[in-house]
Amino acid sequence: MQDAELVERAELEGLLTVTRERGLWADAYYRLTRNRLAMAGLVILIVVAGLAAAAANIHAVQRYDPYMDQLYDHIQEAPSWSHFFGTDNLGRDNWARVLAGVSISLQIGIGTQIVVLFIGLMVGTIAALGGRFTDNVMMRLTDITYAFPDLLFIILMRSVLVGRDWPVIDNPKLQIILAIAFVNWTIIARLVRGQMLSLAERDFVLAAKALGASPWRVVVQHMLPNSLGPVIVAVTFGIPIAIFAEAALGFIGFGLPPPTASLGRLVSDGYAYVQVNFWVAVFPAAAVAILMLCFTFVGDGLRDALDPRTR
Amino acid sequence: MTAYAIRRVLWLIPVLWAVATITFFLMHAVPGGPFTQDKPLPEAIVVALNRRYNLDEPLWKQYLLYLWNLLHGDLGLSFRGDRDVAMLIRDGFFVTAQLGILAFLTASVFGLALGVLSALNQNGPLDYLGVFVATIGAALPNFILATFLIVIFAVNLGWFQILGWGGPEKVGEILDPSAWDVKKLVLPVVSLSFLPTAYIARVTRASMLEVLRQDYIRTAHAKGLAEQVIIIRHAIKNAMIPVLTLMGPIAAALVTGSFIVENIYSIPGVGRAFVEAVLRRDYAMIMGTTLFYAAIVAVANLVVDLLYAVVDPRVRYH
Repeated sequence: MQDAELVERAELEGLLTVTRERGLWADAYYRLTRNRLAMAGLVILIVVAGLAAAAANIHAVQRYDPYMDQLYDHIQEAPSWSHFFGTDNLGRDNWARVLAGVSISLQIGIGTQIVVLFIGLMVGTIAALGGRFTDNVMMRLTDITYAFPDLLFIILMRSVLVGRDWPVIDNPKLQIILAIAFVNWTIIARLVRGQMLSLAERDFVLAAKALGASPWRVVVQHMLPNSLGPVIVAVTFGIPIAIFAEAALGFIGFGLPPPTASLGRLVSDGYAYVQVNFWVAVFPAAAVAILMLCFTFVGDGLRDALDPRTR
Repeated sequence: MTAYAIRRVLWLIPVLWAVATITFFLMHAVPGGPFTQDKPLPEAIVVALNRRYNLDEPLWKQYLLYLWNLLHGDLGLSFRGDRDVAMLIRDGFFVTAQLGILAFLTASVFGLALGVLSALNQNGPLDYLGVFVATIGAALPNFILATFLIVIFAVNLGWFQILGWGGPEKVGEILDPSAWDVKKLVLPVVSLSFLPTAYIARVTRASMLEVLRQDYIRTAHAKGLAEQVIIIRHAIKNAMIPVLTLMGPIAAALVTGSFIVENIYSIPGVGRAFVEAVLRRDYAMIMGTTLFYAAIVAVANLVVDLLYAVVDPRVRYH
């Protein structure tokens, strides 16, 4: 007790600095929890995702069916207690439709990043470790995708996949996910390649090799975990990009088929009646805005927490 | 430097060829043909139409034919109205270019001003405003911002109009004041310029902060130069170099943005033409617009790299 007090006193007077040891991840976690904006983003995301999940399962949250409940004597209403976000031109409840849209956006944003992560990690690792030829092919490929305007390619991919009854990918959501992922995997692939190339020169990798570790073990045990930080950040930033791409597709009419309440389609439907009842466009637009801002804040927080250079 | 420039220009050819090839085969993989309709056309007409547009040949032959024509500057005919794709793109681009240039100018002026003011007032209220605008502008898609702009300024306040393009649609009308309608111009231009404004503001701020800490700025202060002179002549000039590299992403942002913004405001530009072409499976038009956009983005990236080498001599030696 006495000792602890002494140490504390010495610390206060600047005579002694005590650093408690923390691992990389624990330290990152600590730094993340200190970042107010990121934590606020995270909390809002959890609340919104929870609401969307609850709406899909509990009637008391959703209150109306987003597709079936068409109340023709309550069309184009402004927000009220019986319809939190008002109603659209068919008398459907906007609250229920926006929550359904949020759930779709989250699924597509996260689903896309899972596909992107899988392809990106694989291709990036192969490019870095597979010798000069594979590396060249890989880098030329990313050069070409750089020249291809993203949205153009996504629209084309989406049109190719739409309405196919091929096994596995006949699900429209999965088709959108694949169309967006086809464009975005190069970001992760380039990142992983760069990380791998710089890690390959580091002492601990050399040490592992000298100890007789197999190449597979060196990659999986030593290099991949050390390249994860920037990858996690890129994936987090990728989620709002995918959410934007899906909303943009829905907005210009290449998204999920109607009547699916994707947020982009809701905004575009709202435009048709913006002079009559602007609430129909405002709420889904605000939902996209909140989702994208929160993911961006969390991404910023993660970047600051995981990048050792900012310390 | 010359060798570098030549290598970079030549690299455009395989890139555009790859874009053309990918687009060609993707587009032909889209289910249904250009003449698929709810009410089927008589067989004889479909056969005649297919022959007119060379669609009766095997796919590889169509592909080679397209490349051959492309080399001769022939982009083919649009199925819609049998018009020359190059002409349609030229007409559309006249509008898209005005939108892009106006948005770019807006973004440059506001982005630079915001970035410089933020840096000069680091951690002050102006800085917070600048960072706030940069964050919102970078994180939010333009159609979301456009929604709020439209609801506030067009629907509720009634200041601006939202349908159609407020500039001239034909080249000859550009000097005719009656062809310009500012009320229709403001919202599309502002919607499109948000993202580039945010980019420019963010990078200008960071690079100004960096430059202001340099020794030569201290030297300038020590010489007793006036504050404005130091900022304008010494700081801003050097802080502009990193901003140059943004031209590539900005060109890409303007291209992607133009699809959405043209669709929101019903502006008859290339972006809207592309969306309509995909909906109609108008093959020649899809190819033409995609190549056109890819060329713009590729050339923008090229110009940036070359400019960078000119402005910053250190780049040349790599």
